[in-house]
Amino acid sequence: MSEFSVIGRRLPKVNSWAHLTGEARYADDLFLPRMLYGRVLRSTRPHARIRRVDTGRALAYPGVVAVVTGADMPEKMGIMPSTQDETALAVDRVRYVGEPVAAVAALDEDIAFDALSLIQVDYEDLEPIFTIEEALEREDVKIHDEAKRANVFKEVHLSFGDLEGGFAAADHVRDDWFFFEGNTHAPIESHSAVASYGPDDKLTLWTATQVPHYLHRELEKVLGLPRSRIRVIATPNGGAFGGKSDPFGHEFAAALLSIRTRRPVKITLDREEVFYAHRGRHPVKMRIRTGVKKDGEITAVHYQSWLDGGAYASYGIATTYYTGALLTVTYRIPAYKFDGVRVYTNKPPCGPKRGHGTTQPRYGFECQIDKIAEDLDLDPLEYRKKILQPANSRTVNDLRITSMGLGECLDALQRSTRYSERRGQLGRGKGIGLAGSAYISGAGLPIYWNEMPHSGAEIRIDRGGGVTVMCGTSEIGQGSDNMLASVAAEALGVMPADVHVVSGDTSLAPVDLGSYSSRVTFMAGNAVRDAAMKLRALLVAAAAEKLEVPADRLLSAYGRIYDRDDPSKFIAFADAAVLAESKHGTLVAAGSYKPPKGIGGSFKGAGVGPTPAYSYQAAVAEVTVDMDTGMVTVDKVTTAHDCGRALNPANVEGQVEGSAYMGYGEIIGEEQVFRGGLHKKPSLLDYKIPTSLDTPVLEAIVVESVDAEGPFGAKEAGEGPLNPVIPAIANAVYDAIGVRFDETPITAEKILTALGKRDRRGEQKTRIGPDGLDTGKADPKRALRRLTASTDARERKRPN
Amino acid sequence: MTKQLLTLRVNGEPRTIAADSHHTLLEVLREELGLTGTKHGCELGECGACTVLVDGVPVLACLTLPALVGDADVTTVEGLANGAGAGAPGREATLHPLQIAFAEEGAAQCGYCTPGMLMTAKALLDTTARPTRAQIASAISGNLCRCTGYTAIYEAIEKAASRA
Repeated sequence: MSEFSVIGRRLPKVNSWAHLTGEARYADDLFLPRMLYGRVLRSTRPHARIRRVDTGRALAYPGVVAVVTGADMPEKMGIMPSTQDETALAVDRVRYVGEPVAAVAALDEDIAFDALSLIQVDYEDLEPIFTIEEALEREDVKIHDEAKRANVFKEVHLSFGDLEGGFAAADHVRDDWFFFEGNTHAPIESHSAVASYGPDDKLTLWTATQVPHYLHRELEKVLGLPRSRIRVIATPNGGAFGGKSDPFGHEFAAALLSIRTRRPVKITLDREEVFYAHRGRHPVKMRIRTGVKKDGEITAVHYQSWLDGGAYASYGIATTYYTGALLTVTYRIPAYKFDGVRVYTNKPPCGPKRGHGTTQPRYGFECQIDKIAEDLDLDPLEYRKKILQPANSRTVNDLRITSMGLGECLDALQRSTRYSERRGQLGRGKGIGLAGSAYISGAGLPIYWNEMPHSGAEIRIDRGGGVTVMCGTSEIGQGSDNMLASVAAEALGVMPADVHVVSGDTSLAPVDLGSYSSRVTFMAGNAVRDAAMKLRALLVAAAAEKLEVPADRLLSAYGRIYDRDDPSKFIAFADAAVLAESKHGTLVAAGSYKPPKGIGGSFKGAGVGPTPAYSYQAAVAEVTVDMDTGMVTVDKVTTAHDCGRALNPANVEGQVEGSAYMGYGEIIGEEQVFRGGLHKKPSLLDYKIPTSLDTPVLEAIVVESVDAEGPFGAKEAGEGPLNPVIPAIANAVYDAIGVRFDETPITAEKILTALGKRDRRGEQKTRIGPDGLDTGKADPKRALRRLTASTDARERKRPN
Repeated sequence: MTKQLLTLRVNGEPRTIAADSHHTLLEVLREELGLTGTKHGCELGECGACTVLVDGVPVLACLTLPALVGDADVTTVEGLANGAGAGAPGREATLHPLQIAFAEEGAAQCGYCTPGMLMTAKALLDTTARPTRAQIASAISGNLCRCTGYTAIYEAIEKAASRA
């Protein structure tokens, strides 16, 4: 029998009943008395000076109540305090098509929509920059005047160990270029916010956000309203995946419109706007040089990345570091150098998407490991097992490793898929591929420097034995509310269904930094456990006195506190609560969590990468390539994931499967691409997220390494499992047709190019991917010519 | 805009509303009738989040004009739990077997595609008592889910079918 009554069981999520009956209240489901409807006017230009915004006609339109523009909120904002380069609505200049410029509040949504066309914006076009190379070279065009060199947002260089010595000692060196195309989150719920400024001069903002606390700070800064008079309530997010973890223009616009009109204001983005809000996966060019001994032992790695950041910072400084930080935690690397550059371009800002910054390098590195295994005639699975970074160790870049289950993941995959026997044996057109990966269970440092807890929780027990957990976490579908209820229930000895959860409310719940970096289970879980154990001690002491049994013999489960040696001696949880409250007063306890010191180095840039525990995972993909059409069918993805301990196995499997699905979408066709600054596919019809008919068979294998510091041993499960799926599919395609895909996505068109079936020459390729940066080719004015040409073409097509 | 007086039969109840004639069934359900369980993901017929049943057939509420619905029966997620399991104790007394199976299998993560997914699944089970995995995949192929990878949804629908 399990030592737990809640943990490890497949119990329904506490919030699932609301989801399944239509009772869950997402932001757009809120309708308040006197509520106005807002819409955002967005830039039609990729790069332009705003000469004038004339709102007069819109304001005069019947039913329009208020209009705000960038000039009303000129304060700079952004998620990272050190790189705030955005304003809520554009001031003086626009930097991408779709950037918010103005916002209208009206009696209904139709009026608000109509009024947008009455706002006149006088733009003076500036030359746009669309590629990494142009951004690096064009000193004469500055997207942000503050950029020191051309359009470089951030440049970092870190070196660890003896790199030259490492390469000198290598028997074999691989030098590969990769390109990872950008893509976006595409949650089914579009962003939505409802602001209500009351007669008490307090502002409440209900919004689909992953980061209510950080948004709270930014609202204070931009609106000039003290935080003590602002309450942010993160509504249940209808999917987020990183896409709702920045402060967004429409949130500030709704707030200001409500302040101006003294009425509630709702702004819900339409689907096209969600593609402009973006903050998705950065397109990244990478060069990876790896030296190995004859037996495969790595002697040195030099990793370089160039990130296309889009128009603003977002989390870019962290993303840049993340591309280099986590390559070292899976396999032993004695010498390591990382160079990263993130540039500005005139496209929607990139930011964090599931796997934040680690997905692109992991793809490149795991493809390269596959190539090294082939070069050295090693089995890729056995090879990875041989070079594993050990548990309880430190990496060359000073990251602390504790529990480490990658070896067990590889073993589980071999048992399940018989990868080693089947690789290379499936016949032309069929292939099997493997990759490993790791991710953080929460960033080691908060976004703004402070010594306070990363997560706080409060628990109250009422006189009927009801338990209320309050924690600032944001429920984005990952199951955080259920995690809070489960951890509290296990620690106290009740069932999750007896627990009320209050989350994501800055007034009612202590701060949790937010649902990003896969931090919630580890950090909020520990905070809740901390609070619960304090209350448990009071209840157990009261029960011990009543039952006349030593406290250390008492256990609590299923609503009873009972004698371990004689379970017939027990007291009901509710009765123990009454005894404890009689003795100690109101039963409330707070708990908190902060990562321990010493989990990372002290060099500049050491803040990104450390975490209290890394999750590990590996995936095997099985593919079929149609040699005539070039279509890749992924038949099955099996992912083994070390989550420390599965607090709820059904939910862990759901995260692992969902990650595999999303990774599959990224490599097989999703791309956020542009023509002349215009998004090529800002709709769910054109931006193809996989349907049920596309999605491979997904199998999740849970590996439990039971982390010493995680709540009941748990680590993250929501992001890491995406990472290995992408290179596993690329490696499987290689196994099927002998073509290396060193760029994503793997489209039918590219397959046919490689097979020599796209033209009469029939020239075949063994590799699709970049050979370097396309530097030295930057042609001044080319982007502007392209933009003008595409605008002219559109004008010609327009019916008279 | 001209408002039009409409009587719709929603979840078994006659509801008379005045709505702009260009407003969709989705807008009328959510904004006039307060039935916010039906979600909107794109309002362009791309995602399936707004699926409701009209005389038992799944339709996209965002592409449907209420005037064309006439006196047909409209069923939304709020009408799914209408005593299907009456007589059973507790929760099972009111919820549809699909709702219970979705909860048990973790088939709703963020829950946003769920109402539409449930309605499509109900229509499938009403016509095909024991659907194969391929039939389920085909039936829900117009309902995009961004969270689950569909596996848990298949398992939940199969479980509900096996209990019917």
